[in-house]
Amino acid sequence: MTQATQTRAITMAILAMGGEGGGVLADWMVSLGEHSGYWAQTTSVPGVAQRTGATIYYVELFPRTADGAEPILSTMPTPGEVDIVLASELMEAGRSVVRGLVTPKNTTLIASTHRVYSMMEKTALGDGRVDSDTIIENCMKAAAKFVGGDFAKIAEESGSVISSVLFGALAGTGRLPFTRKEFESAIERAGVGVATSLNAFARGFEYAQNALKPASTGVPIQIGMKPVSVEDTKAATDAAIAADPTAAVGARLSAQAAHIQNTYPASVRATLVHGIKRTTEYQDVKYADEFLARVASVYALDLAHGDGSFRLTNEAARYTALWMTYEDTIRVAAIKVRARRFDRIHKEARAKNEQVVGIMEFLHPQVQEVADTLPTALGKWVLRSKPVNALITRVSGNGIKVNTTSAFGYTTLYILSRLRPIRRRSLRFNEEQLLIDAWLTTVMDLASKNYGLACEVAETQSLVKGYGETHANGLANFDAIMAELPRTLVAADPVARQIALRTAALAEESGEKLRALLR
Amino acid sequence: MAERSFKEEVQKLRIPAGEEFHGEGILAVTKALLQSGVSYVGGYQGAPISHLMDVLGDANDILAELGVHFENSASEATAAAMLAASVNYPLRGAITFKSTVGTNVASDALANLASGGVTGGALIIVGEDYGEGSSIMQERSHAFAMKSQMWLLDPRPNLTAIVDSVEYGFELSEYSNTPVMLELRLRSCHLHGSFITKENKRPTFTRKEAMENPRRDVSRIVLPPASFMHEQEKINQRMPAAIQFIKDRKINEMISNGKKDFGIITQGGLYNTVMRGLQLLGLADIYGNSEIPVYVLNVTYPIIADEVEEFAKDKRALLLFEEGQPDYIEQNIHSILRKADATAKLHGKDVLVMAGEYTPTVVTKGLLSFVRMYAPDLIKENDLPAIVLPPDSPEHPMAIKLTQGEVHMRPPGFCTGCPERPIFSALKLAERETGKHHVSADIGCHLFSILPPFDIGATTMGYGLGSAGAAGFQDANSEKPVLAFMGDGGFWHNGLTSGVGNAVFNESNQVLVVVDNAYSAATGGQDILSSAADNPIRSTKHPIERAVRGVGVKWAKTVTNTYKVDELRDTFIDALTSKEPGPKVIVAQSECTLNRTRRERPLAAKAEKEGKRVVRERYGIDPETCTGDHSCIRISGCPSLSITANPDPLRKEPIATVLSSCVGCGLCGENAHAAALCPSFYRTQVISNPTAWDRFITSLRNAYISRLQSGIERRYAGIEPEASTAELVSA
Repeated sequence: MTQATQTRAITMAILAMGGEGGGVLADWMVSLGEHSGYWAQTTSVPGVAQRTGATIYYVELFPRTADGAEPILSTMPTPGEVDIVLASELMEAGRSVVRGLVTPKNTTLIASTHRVYSMMEKTALGDGRVDSDTIIENCMKAAAKFVGGDFAKIAEESGSVISSVLFGALAGTGRLPFTRKEFESAIERAGVGVATSLNAFARGFEYAQNALKPASTGVPIQIGMKPVSVEDTKAATDAAIAADPTAAVGARLSAQAAHIQNTYPASVRATLVHGIKRTTEYQDVKYADEFLARVASVYALDLAHGDGSFRLTNEAARYTALWMTYEDTIRVAAIKVRARRFDRIHKEARAKNEQVVGIMEFLHPQVQEVADTLPTALGKWVLRSKPVNALITRVSGNGIKVNTTSAFGYTTLYILSRLRPIRRRSLRFNEEQLLIDAWLTTVMDLASKNYGLACEVAETQSLVKGYGETHANGLANFDAIMAELPRTLVAADPVARQIALRTAALAEESGEKLRALLR
Repeated sequence: MAERSFKEEVQKLRIPAGEEFHGEGILAVTKALLQSGVSYVGGYQGAPISHLMDVLGDANDILAELGVHFENSASEATAAAMLAASVNYPLRGAITFKSTVGTNVASDALANLASGGVTGGALIIVGEDYGEGSSIMQERSHAFAMKSQMWLLDPRPNLTAIVDSVEYGFELSEYSNTPVMLELRLRSCHLHGSFITKENKRPTFTRKEAMENPRRDVSRIVLPPASFMHEQEKINQRMPAAIQFIKDRKINEMISNGKKDFGIITQGGLYNTVMRGLQLLGLADIYGNSEIPVYVLNVTYPIIADEVEEFAKDKRALLLFEEGQPDYIEQNIHSILRKADATAKLHGKDVLVMAGEYTPTVVTKGLLSFVRMYAPDLIKENDLPAIVLPPDSPEHPMAIKLTQGEVHMRPPGFCTGCPERPIFSALKLAERETGKHHVSADIGCHLFSILPPFDIGATTMGYGLGSAGAAGFQDANSEKPVLAFMGDGGFWHNGLTSGVGNAVFNESNQVLVVVDNAYSAATGGQDILSSAADNPIRSTKHPIERAVRGVGVKWAKTVTNTYKVDELRDTFIDALTSKEPGPKVIVAQSECTLNRTRRERPLAAKAEKEGKRVVRERYGIDPETCTGDHSCIRISGCPSLSITANPDPLRKEPIATVLSSCVGCGLCGENAHAAALCPSFYRTQVISNPTAWDRFITSLRNAYISRLQSGIERRYAGIEPEASTAELVSA
């Protein structure tokens, strides 16, 4: 771009969320332009948008000429006429596409592909996440050049903020007529956190250069790299387990793993291996055998009535394992006292060696939960006894804070975690086993009548989760849907009906939608 | 102190004459005020001119050096009334506020001021909060100028043009004895650009002179018969004087490089967008050399009939760019053309849009239809900008569709660590016991309560009017009182009288929550009467509870820490079930976290560097105990409380997680307790530079815990394969 031929301004839009440093990025761009012989204009929409909402900054640059004539620069982006779009997050990148700021004719889109979930995604009772791949595909389709990567991770690794990485990536695309040194000088002039910003800048620069490097074919590669998802990792692990179940367990479970390998098809092995490990950790090897026995009856019916996918065995096994390891006080305590948890928390708090780390738990054991853990007779007595009720409520009514890093706090949780042997005789254990068997009987009963519905009924167990009130609500919804089964069976499309009921139960907390469907 | 500091930038106000000034619109306006010899300045914060108030506050020393008095007015009405100092004396005064909401509040004083007229220049700088990014109802300030006969400036969005308009605005005001409104559009306030400076001027006539030699003129006071005379003066003297001044000084610009027989008339503020549209259609270059003549209205009221007639002469058609509705200017120009028997046809809203912002898309499309009508050969039909193509064209910029389900709205919300969040968490918990109430909301960050996950609040009637908005709901037979919210900003703005005083006087059975976060926080953290901080130029620390008791409230309670969710919940239940007649006022107090963090973070970092013991806290969630029902998120909505893929090999649904942006405000712990949520939350405390005692006790504890932990791991041995234990730990 030379001064003589340029007739239009360089146009750039930044899409960020309040507090992410979009303003800093715009300021760097202005400083870069003004110190490189350009007129620079930036506008933003201030106000409440700074409070975490989506915000757009807009920058125009135009070369100065000898006669000093001032160009007329726009205060707003024109869809279809934006040269460079920087987005600090994937959904914001999607927003820039929706708004027509990104076009295949002229736009270089530089976007971080990590996700900051929207309120809608976060408040869903189940999984409300938007599919990242759809957005990435559309970004690639919309842009002339797309530089996408997990810039949030790069920022974190280099101890800086995302704006520095994006500025580096902008420099790395070579789309602006300025040298790398000129970019870096803009950061230096701003004078805040210069060293870490330059470090992050360098990482962003390299990333963009690599992303746009022509492959052997001479076509620029457009990388839409998104963060490695936990789901991908899980799938890979499960494949390895299915291939060799015995390698995934220790000595105590090797017989069970061998049994799984010899008896079951590859598609269900991973679930079963997770199930035996989970039930053993929760209780003992005998409990894992009980789990396998339950699954065996389902599998026999799956062989007879299934479509070969073994979906029924898989889902029934999954939810049997989860239900058998229901969340009680002993389980919570056992998880809280593990060494691996302490390691994880240290890492998460980025504590250095010389720093001291304390962990405080927020527990709220209710009378029911205390009674649940006690042997059946004792538990029933606790529930009946008014003075005991009052005592427990007084101690834990407003919650208990337990300092797990103190000797007293740790010992308390430790003792709780060691109550495992009495669990089999507890009030709740026996109740839960009856419920599990009742549900499994229904599932198996349906297997021959309507395989698809049997699978859906198995999955309906996912409603039963959480603690206290959440658990009670979930169980009530589950019961209501199970009670509806005779009518569901004769519905026009029983499978669709069952899915609709489950979805309604997950739609909102009050249960209004489910009740409306059941009416 | 305000959220954003301009301490460094304001030094630019000292730049001597003849140099190039680079900066934001708000700084340029301040510099222009100083260059104009302004004597006093007031205003009320609110986007988009909040930062103008912050700049003025931070520039107080420089203003004082020049003999300029600056006030943070109690309200826009106060600011407008301040201009009374320019009625009898040659003192130049300027005020600023958000419009139209601020102008609504100010309009009583403005109408009185405009009736009697002014001697010294009076400038009302309104931040026109219209279009994308606006936080208020979409209306125009134009109507206020018309109804009170004040002149309205709408300069081109260019720092030189804006600075000039401040300077000639004062002159116009003095020449026509009329207050002048200067409309700064939303994007102009934070427009970064440059202009050539002039020398700052000390006012020639001082306030001291005025105060020590008082003057009065009863004919300037709005009382019959003077008020009838004022109306005649406005029309017969002041308006003609203003028109003369505007014509003589050529404030409106005629840009006629092209000699076409049709032309464009535009509000100054839209000029850059119109020129960009012309450029995209190949009808102008980037320097504004246009094939089509353009008449730029830098004054949008009054419209100068002579200039319009002159421009319309020899033209077949005109296209008017006037943003917003009603189409006052279009009607005005139609009337001018008709009276002049002009033949030019006037287009405007017919090819543009009646309602909504004039974005580049709207403007370019309008230009295209207009030029197609009068000179189709000028349009290169095969080289059109993408935005004017048919929506179904594959070249259209919005050809790629993503649904609302794929790209969600992302409205603003409470910040991480916002102390207002626990107020609404507590209310949600209280309502589990008391049932739902009608909630009258107010203006401020607390209005974010109307959005998910809280969904609290039914109406908002204006700043400080939360309590007043509940006044209609009085019914002795109702089992439930109404609930009203108000911020501390709105409280001091007018809510103390319009709401609390009104409720006491009318014996209103309402529960009023005053959210006291120690600042006018939503507008950028400006100090107010009840601010807890010492402010060198203002008087602070006046408690809200004392004020409400002062006007007669009997039931008043201050909760000094909104993070005590259970205490706040019980206070709500008390108030909502109280049999005490009259209003029940809860003052919910905790400092705005944006401001607190800005103050404390550097101090903590410094202390840590100096080797002092510093405790940092954050929250976490155990992924193994979280079952992914997200009920914690539904009573919080904190940006740092999010979701993440479930690491549990058997579970599918995402679990809750605390992001590293967590500031350890404590709400998660409080909610976990108050709502009896789940045992997954924990608080991590990291002590930097621990004391010898810290280290000693920790080593003892660690030794004890590690011993027990190795026992635990022995009992779990044999479940996981030997080799992968390390992997599991890292997972």
